[in-house]
Amino acid sequence: MTGGGILAVDGVDKTFGPVQALSKVSLDVRSGEILALVGENGAGKSTLTRIIEGVFAPDAGRLLLDGAPVAFEGPRVAHAAGIRVIHQEPEIIPDVSVAENIFPGALPRRAGFLLDRRALNARAARMLALFGLERDLVPHQVCAGLGPAQRQMIEIMRAVHAGGRVIAFDEPTSSLTGEETARLFTVIRRLRADGVAVLYISHRLAEVVALADRVAVLRDGHLVDVMPVANTDEADITRKMVGRALTSLFAARSPPRPDTVLRVRGLTTDHVTDISFDLKVGEVLGIGGLVGAGRTELAKGLFGVHARRAGHVDVAGCSLPSGRPADAILAGLGFAPEDRKEEALLLLRSVVDNAALCIPERVSRFGLFDRRRARSIVAEVTGRLALKAPSLETAVADLSGGNQQKVVLARWLARAPKVLILDEPTRGIDVGAKSEIYALIAELTRAGVGVIVISSEMPELLGLSDRILVMSGGRITAHLQGAERTEDAILRAAIPGSAMLPVAVPAVDCGEVS
Amino acid sequence: MTNQSAAGVLPPASRPIAAAVERIGIHNVSLILALVVLLIIFGVQRGDVFFSARNILNIGMGVAILGVLAISQTAVIVSGGLDISVGAIVGLTTVTTAMAIDATGAAGAGPVAGMTVGALAGLFNGLIITYGRVNPIIVTLGTMAIFRGIAFIISDGQSISIFNDSFRLLGIGRFLSIPAPIWVLVGVAVAFYVFLHLSVAGRNVYAIGGNPIVARLSGLNLRGYRIAMYVVSGMVAGIGGILLAARTGSGQPISGSEGLELEAITAAFLGGCAMKGGKGTVIGALLGVAIIGVLNNGMILTGVPTFYQMLAKGSLLILAVILAEYRQNKA
Repeated sequence: MTGGGILAVDGVDKTFGPVQALSKVSLDVRSGEILALVGENGAGKSTLTRIIEGVFAPDAGRLLLDGAPVAFEGPRVAHAAGIRVIHQEPEIIPDVSVAENIFPGALPRRAGFLLDRRALNARAARMLALFGLERDLVPHQVCAGLGPAQRQMIEIMRAVHAGGRVIAFDEPTSSLTGEETARLFTVIRRLRADGVAVLYISHRLAEVVALADRVAVLRDGHLVDVMPVANTDEADITRKMVGRALTSLFAARSPPRPDTVLRVRGLTTDHVTDISFDLKVGEVLGIGGLVGAGRTELAKGLFGVHARRAGHVDVAGCSLPSGRPADAILAGLGFAPEDRKEEALLLLRSVVDNAALCIPERVSRFGLFDRRRARSIVAEVTGRLALKAPSLETAVADLSGGNQQKVVLARWLARAPKVLILDEPTRGIDVGAKSEIYALIAELTRAGVGVIVISSEMPELLGLSDRILVMSGGRITAHLQGAERTEDAILRAAIPGSAMLPVAVPAVDCGEVS
Repeated sequence: MTNQSAAGVLPPASRPIAAAVERIGIHNVSLILALVVLLIIFGVQRGDVFFSARNILNIGMGVAILGVLAISQTAVIVSGGLDISVGAIVGLTTVTTAMAIDATGAAGAGPVAGMTVGALAGLFNGLIITYGRVNPIIVTLGTMAIFRGIAFIISDGQSISIFNDSFRLLGIGRFLSIPAPIWVLVGVAVAFYVFLHLSVAGRNVYAIGGNPIVARLSGLNLRGYRIAMYVVSGMVAGIGGILLAARTGSGQPISGSEGLELEAITAAFLGGCAMKGGKGTVIGALLGVAIIGVLNNGMILTGVPTFYQMLAKGSLLILAVILAEYRQNKA
């Protein structure tokens, strides 16, 4: 907690496969200041955070601590150097007390080996008093039932106890109420007063303007600007976050037809609330919003991965039962999940095995797998997709990200669905394969398939979609069509509470705005 | 949502019953209730025999070895592991205990040989699990066969008799009219209570099992603690082997093979352990052991056929784990 700590990144580059996540980023966090780091999804905020905490090593560039170059070989080394990241999901030891959670690995002893619980609780009580949390947490209380705000506070105290000099907060308010946010800000300001260098990563520009001293804007892996908060405002920051031109990667499309292929009314699961929309034959419906807004959960609710609590879904006029992906597939839905490796592909199996997974009735003969027939079906669809693979028997793990995604799409093309849901269809894919996937989406819509595209990439969302739904907090917050579809409108609907300042008026809800 | 912070704080227990429940723990209270139900069932059926002092001591004798194993199993599970080789270690250490007494003629050589060999077996488990990064269930499934095999090899498949009366007091002697094995169980329980709940090292075991990431980043030596828990588990299984050898007057390579590890693991999960570690208490384990002991004894007294007793025990293990997972998901 002594002053003088400065962490600097100097000319840091980081690429993942074909994706340039960070490009020549230079930035410093000073002792006793709050530096906000803002940017759209995929701008490079998390990559930068993970480099600072030693999870990734930069491809080029250096990290400097107090002016001296350092190499953080793993989080443990970064920890020892006093660098802490408070993650969205705070790490807690569930079945031990609050006090033990604040001082893990440093419990006071008596008689050489016994835990001195009285000293421990007294020490925890002092720490709680220091942060004004005496009424929120009790030292001897078990942590298992604590809410996210309390867990976060414990992690902050743990970081301070361990001599944290640079503390980064990764979207700390995403699961906090207005009141809890206000308390967190008090604590963060306290840290600043004690000389801690605070890095504050957030989508919520109102918070950034209220809390930070300086704000750094990342866009597509580049540092666009670093400026004192006093010299800027939300509109200016938004402009710097977004500002880029649409490219012409997108194929021309015929307009959607009037018939409705998917009708969703009041769909509610444990993760999304009261979702209603229609999808026309041959239409592309974009779904925008921030990571964690409930977009993937909406897809999973439609596809039956999550059980429906309320509402109903009709596919081509037939009611779809809740809670079973098998029923969704039979009804004519297809779903290409965001996490290809975990949720879509059998990585060690061949292209044929993967692509023929959802057409068992077409590739079985007398109950046996008809490999020749499967090969001919898969060869036909992968040909349409221009899949580049050594052979159809190649294990999917050996293909590039773009070609893996094409295998997932081939699976659904073979099935000929009525509705295809694509969750981040071009994540981690190079530009060439991207435009091929866009062309395929155009081809599908010509054939009458209704396509739902979930995307965090603004150009993709705007370039592909006929209409755009924006989600936030598990609900649809905007329905944009025609000229309403602008980056600004999407961002405004996506950023929760962008109309209110949680610090100034925590109790006021903006729900009655009509 | 706003009062979530208030809900986390324990409300002051106003009524004495609520206070007592809170102190003992709701989970332990439910175990006590289950035990009472069993006592009532068997008491109604065979009250004449069931509640006799002789039968109660019988139950105690029956669960003494199981008890020490369930307690050390709890420590292993809290650290995030599992040890299913303990039954085989019991068998192996009855043999080494008998051989040591046979070779030296000294009563003290038995316990030394039993505990040393048990600790070495545990060290073997711990080293493979931590350095080989292999799932503990698989490793101890393998070493279960290995240890059993070693027991047969070194004994040549024969039972080894123990003719040393002072050693046999450990199994059949009494102190204050309570059988010696029960005293050993009490000693082990007190030692583990102090270790797990009162010592710094024990609290660190909860930390590494509850959240290995936090523990590692807080500078705790995860590997060291994990290995130590398997060594302790092996050593306590050695104590089990010593008790068994003293009671039967022999070292038998086949002993401890009748589902002893299954019962110990059942008791640990009944007692409140969680599959993923970081949770479990000595008191809970003892209550779990008591339930199993009463169930075993009651089923024999009421004439439930042996084969059906096996069904009951297997079902109890699965039920205990379902309960543990259910609690985990609710938390």
